[in-house]
This record gives sequence, C-alpha cells and structure tokens, in this order.
Amino acid sequence: MIADFGWIRPEPHGIHILPADSWIDPSRPVDRALVTHGHADHARGGHGTTVATPETLAIMKLRYFTDEGATPASYGETIALKGGVSATFIPAGHVLGSAQILLERAGERVIVTGDYKRRPDPTCPPFEVTPCDIFVTEATFGLPVFVHPPIEEEMAKLLQRLADNPERCVLVGAYALGKAQRVIAELRRAGHVAPIWLHGAMERMCRLYEEFGIGLGELRLVSDARKEDLRGGIVICPPSALNDRWSRRLPDPITAMASGWMRVRQRARQRNVELPLVISDHADWHELTRTIEEVNPAESWITHGREEALLRWCELNQRRARALALVGYEDEDD
Amino acid sequence: MEEFAALVDALVYTTSRNAKLALIADYLRRTPDPDRGWALAALTEALDFPAVKAGTIRALMHERIDPVLWTLSRDFVGDTAETASLLWPDPPREAEPPPSLGETIALLRRMTRVSVMTDLPRLFDRLDSTGRYALIKLATGAMRIGISARLAKVAFAQAFAVPVEDVEEYWHGIDAPYQPLFDWAAHGRPPPDTENLPLFRPFMLAHPLEDGEELDLDDYVAEWKWDGIRVQLVHAGGETRVFSRSGDDISATFPEIAAALDIPAVLDGELLVRGSHQGGEAGGAASFNALQQRLGRKTVSKKMLADYPAFVRLYDALIVEGEDLRALPWAERRARLEVFANRLPQERFDLSAVVEAADFAALGTIRDSARDEAIEGLMLKRRDSPYVAGRKTGLWYKWKRDPLLIDCVLMYAQRGSGKRSSFYSDYTFGCWDGDPDQGAELLPVGKAYFGFTDEELKFLDRYVRTHTVNRFGPVRETDRSLVFEVAFDSVHASKRHKSGVAMRFPRISRIRIDKPAHEADRLDTLKALIRD
Repeated sequence: MIADFGWIRPEPHGIHILPADSWIDPSRPVDRALVTHGHADHARGGHGTTVATPETLAIMKLRYFTDEGATPASYGETIALKGGVSATFIPAGHVLGSAQILLERAGERVIVTGDYKRRPDPTCPPFEVTPCDIFVTEATFGLPVFVHPPIEEEMAKLLQRLADNPERCVLVGAYALGKAQRVIAELRRAGHVAPIWLHGAMERMCRLYEEFGIGLGELRLVSDARKEDLRGGIVICPPSALNDRWSRRLPDPITAMASGWMRVRQRARQRNVELPLVISDHADWHELTRTIEEVNPAESWITHGREEALLRWCELNQRRARALALVGYEDEDD
Repeated sequence: MEEFAALVDALVYTTSRNAKLALIADYLRRTPDPDRGWALAALTEALDFPAVKAGTIRALMHERIDPVLWTLSRDFVGDTAETASLLWPDPPREAEPPPSLGETIALLRRMTRVSVMTDLPRLFDRLDSTGRYALIKLATGAMRIGISARLAKVAFAQAFAVPVEDVEEYWHGIDAPYQPLFDWAAHGRPPPDTENLPLFRPFMLAHPLEDGEELDLDDYVAEWKWDGIRVQLVHAGGETRVFSRSGDDISATFPEIAAALDIPAVLDGELLVRGSHQGGEAGGAASFNALQQRLGRKTVSKKMLADYPAFVRLYDALIVEGEDLRALPWAERRARLEVFANRLPQERFDLSAVVEAADFAALGTIRDSARDEAIEGLMLKRRDSPYVAGRKTGLWYKWKRDPLLIDCVLMYAQRGSGKRSSFYSDYTFGCWDGDPDQGAELLPVGKAYFGFTDEELKFLDRYVRTHTVNRFGPVRETDRSLVFEVAFDSVHASKRHKSGVAMRFPRISRIRIDKPAHEADRLDTLKALIRD
C-alpha cells in the first residue's frame, strides 16, 4: 500500500503540489515554482513566481539575467502557499543556497531533498535531518559501488601530483556552480595559498560566492596569464573545456576531473582523465542509506539517478519506497 | 603486487602510446626477477589460472552482497573485476601484508575449484581496492587495458635497449616469467636458442587501403583476400604446429593440416574448408560459415574431418629448410614458395593465385565483380617488400570489398563494457517479417556494438534511455522507432536464430533518424543476399 496524500503528486515534469497550484523544480515554465537549488536542471527560467533561498535566486539571476517574480525564503523560514500548504526551506548541504523543501498540510509532512550530501562543505551549511512522512530523495549515486573517499585524500593526491610536476599544470574539470568553489575552498584549507587560475566561465560564480562571504583566496584568469605563469599551478575549468581547444594554451596540463563518477575507471577513461578526483556534491551510497535510516520516513520516493538499487535496499530493509519517473535530471558531470 | 597494481592503474589512465611504453619500460627496469616477468605475462594475458573464472568472482560476491545489488552495480560499471574490487568489504585490521606478485601467482596456481572460495578472499583481504582490481584482472586472465602483446614487446625492447625484432623472435617458446629473456636482455647473457623449436613468428599485416587511394601495379602485386583464418605453419625439430593470427596453437583443431607438413619450414597462408559449390576459377573453398563448424574444437571427429576438410592456401614462405627468407623481396620469396609448394600434398595445400590486371582501374572492376563468398577483397603487396612483423606503412594493403547494407530497426540495447562502459552501446536490431502496414512484426536479425563515433554513441545512449518501453534485467527494449543502416560482410542461413539468418561482421554504418521505422527493410531482402 503506497501512502498517497492526494495533495502531492509526482508528474513527469516535476513534483506537483495540487492545492497550492505550485511545482517543485519543474522542468518547464509554470506559474508558481519552488526551486531547491541553482543547478540548471532544477532551476529553469521563465516561471511566473519562483520561491527559493536568496542565494539560489542570486544564482538564477546570474544565469537568466532577471529576478522577476523572485520570492526569497531564508533557511528555516516558513512560507504559506495556497490551499493550506506551507513550505520551509532547510539546508541540503549540496551547493550554496541549496535547500530541502519541507511541505506541510494538515499535519502531513513531505520533504523534497533536491540534491544533497552529508559531507562537510566549507561553502554551504550542512544537511539537516528533519522528520517527515514522505521523503523524496535523489539517487544520483544510488549504487553500492559509489563510496566517495574523504576529500582530504583527493586534495592530497592533487597537490602531490602538482609537486611532482613543477613544469606542468593541473587542469581540474569541475562544475562551475558548487564543485569549483568547493575544490578551491578545500585547496585553501589544505594550505595551498598560491593563486588559482580560472577559466573565464568560472569567474562570475566565484565572485558571487565571495559576495556571500565565502573566501576563495586569490583567483586569476587564465586569459590574463602567460604560459610561464601557469607552470606548477592549478587551473579550474568546466568539464566541457577539459578536452577542448581552449586547454592547448596551458603548459602540458595534467587532466584531472572532480566528480563522483571518477570512482569508476572507465568513466575517467571516457573523458581522457589522467588524474581522477572522486569528489561529489551528491550523497554516496552510504550517505543515501544512512539518511533514509535517520529521517526514517513512512515512505521514500526515489528519483533522478539509479533508483533501482536504492529501491532494492529499501525492500531488503523493510522500508516502503517507490521510484519516480521524473524527466530531465541526469547529472553527467558531477 | 602493490607496484604491479599501481602500474595497471596508471596504464588505465594513460592514453598515449608513448606514455604507456615509458610506464611499462620503467617498471621492467626497476622491478626484480621474477616479478617483472610475471607482470609481462599478466599484461599480455599469457597466464591461465583454471580455478579462477569470472563466475568464481560472481559467486564470491554473491556470498557478500545481495545478488540484485551486485547485478545492478556490475551492469553500470561494465567490468566484473572493477565492480568486485569496489564492492569488496574493507578487510579486518589484522590482515597480512600485501603479497609480492610472484607470491600471488604461486598462490593462484595452487588454488583448486574448491579451495579458491576460501583462498581468494584471503588474498583480497591483503589488498586495497586498486590491488584487488589488478588481482582479479590477472587471475581471470582478461586484463583488457589496451596493452597488446606487441606494445609489451616494444616496451621490453625500450627498457633494455635491445632490437624489438630480436624480442619478437625469442619471446615465443619461452614460458612466463621469461627468465632466459631477462637473462639475455637485462643481464647480458647469450640469447635463447630458437633454431630447432616449432616457434610462432609474428605475422606481417596490412593497412586498409583508403578510399580513393591508388597504387601502381608495377610496384604492387594483387592477390585475393580469402575469407578464412590466417594461419602460420611451422615444422621444426620434427614437430609441426598450426598457429592462429594471435599465435595460439590450433594444431589439435586441424590435425590433417599438421600431419601434412613434414619439411622444416615456416609458411603463411589462409586456412579454408573445401566446398564444391563455391566454384570459380580459383574456387574450391566454402564460405566462412562452413569453416566455423571446425573452429574452437579441441578434438575433431572423423565425420567432421570428412564433411569439412581443411586446406591451406599459401601466401608466403618465411623460412624454408633452415634458410631465413624474410629479408628477401616478396617476388623472390614468392618464387621460392612456388617451387616449395610442389613438394607438398595437393590435397592440403595450394597457392593463392596472383590476380592479373592491366591497371588499377581494371583491378577495381575485378574486385567489385568478385561476389564469391570465400573472397573478402584484394591484398596488395609491394613486390620488393621484406616479411616484417606487424603493420608497416607502404608495404601491404588490404582492399576489402564494399560491405552489404540493410536498414534495420533498433529493438533492444544493453550497456557495453570497456570504453563503452555504462553507455547503452550493444544494439539488437530487426527486420520486418512482412508488410509492417499489414501487421508484420520485427524479428531480430543481428547485434552490433561498433561502427559509430563517440558523439553518435552519446546520442544513441540518450535515445535508448528516453525511448525505453520495457526492461529485462540489464536489457532495455526500445519503442522500435530508430532505423540503423547496418553494414555487414555476408549473411548465412542459420537454424539457431528465429529469423533464420546470421550476419557476419555487422556494424552500424549510419543512424537514419530521417527514416521512419516502417520503411526499414524486410527479412526477405536480407535472405535474398544469402549465398551458401
């Protein structure tokens, strides 16, 4: 028997909150949207009103050049929607501004996590475990092979390779929103004080993070550098630029990629990555299963990713669960 | 074992051939005997541990993880060794230290089908995930990390500054861990004696002739490219061996051939099965389908020998009665071969005829008109080319017949392995068994997993994901909306397939997004191309 509150329904293009006539992370324009975080597959443009954290709204403005209809909701603040539904934004620990959305109606509680992780991240507040009846969880890394190592190990690997190759540079492919800033912040935490070089596409987002008080140290643009300046340095670029003509201006770069997929060798090979860094802003297998145990909902709804395995885990552990068939969330680069 | 595992790991992440060579050469120089010899054997897949199979790994994992979670993981990762190395639980703290490579090999050799279930886990517990990955690859004999035997030999030659031709010559006939090879190359001792051993010599191979490229027939000679299996026959020290292209000894599969050569020689030719219906002036060969009946058998029945008699169509002579002909020009070797062939039983040997043509254009006409199933196309050999191992530019070319084409509909897809891992890249496609507008059905006619570019693969992967209508374990059934132009070399009647046909060497030639599925070809069209 599947719990069905009637007022909330997963549809192919997003989670539909019927009495409030609102959608969570809809993949096409709607009148009223609630957005968990700023990644493009969750935060599309063109909605009538968009309820999100101030950070997420700032990220969306950066991308879509407009904040029309933006309705900020700070962490912990409860917003009243139509039809007796209220929404509370709770930290999800994924990227700057990312939130789980707690929906309440007549004592019934549903949490939509968006994307999340449980590891500490210097660029955003940690995931908060919140009790609920229905827990809608992501499953990007929902296979037991996905176990992210401590980030300190990956940073040590990166810095060691850099030290071993003073004539080269290390080119790190990282998502422009979240991953790039986290890698930079972790490099600073590991004691790397030298300037870090950025691909042009990274600059605005890094500046935005700094405006929100996240220190990233000295950042410089590759376009302003001579080849000589880059020897022995770290360059951060979007994953799409890794094997692009752009990287030819770099001094014999060691190609690295910061992504949870790097756990699988062939994934690294497919991208011609020499130095795989297993760093993800999504929960790994243990984080996913631990989170379901801690939140302990009456039922879990599993979405975007490898739903089958997490569903199987729930079955083996006598937990009620179902897989949602939402379209449009495939995180190939994280 | 840790150094070997680190080498395997580094090789996985290295794409440049030179960087791979440097990694292997460096390992060979700094690693002591016999570990470096074992590593060489492992990299070239020369080791076999009968007690450890892919099924063993699966069985071990099933004891430790839910079989459904195992299958989902294996399916995603696309590689049993990697999946198992990632899923293996962390070992207890008091585990023994990692073994050396030599010790690992000794332990693996001692394992039986029974003891492997307790001994292999103990070995796993002494290693980290990288070590387990290398261990499983090594133990199951399928490294598949893009290191060919040739690459390993070149790396060996680089490591010790010896000629790679000499390495090729001495390599075969010495068993792992190749101590005499290291004694010679690394310790300055005399090379191993090869004169009186029935050793395999690496084949000379051909480059494909590019479209539009023309050769001068004054410099090049043409021969048919027969559709059998390339073999090397060696008689030395009173023994005869039949080697396949990869150097595998297949003498037991073709005993009538092995028995027919009793003069010391090393010969290059195509192994074919006699067929009456092939006809033609150079005829006498059956299609590859007939030869397939004989392949892969460890013993051969009298009936098999009578029904599918094998013979060798000779291409070249490398060594005749102790005289090494390899440095001579092709024309001189050919003259020697023609004389030598007269001394061999005609029932088992003939010569691959030279194809005469007035000029290159005329040769093209001859190639296109050859629809004989035993012919794959033409070979073009430089008249002055010596016989050298491998593919050397400018010497030999293969000029294959244009493939046959048919439009099929994508029906099922499965994830691939290796570099296609986690992509839906193995496609089953079908043809209509009648008029689709009159309710005809699609019947699967073949499977292909190459022929497309990386960009096309991404498109196909996405297409499969968004057009899935059904899932059967790892297999996705699609909505049968996408048309492929499939290229193939030939098609044969087959009782094993529901469609009644089996295609040889099918590959995706084009993706026809422009073509509606009901316009794809019918089974009758494919059946009309059967020639045997």
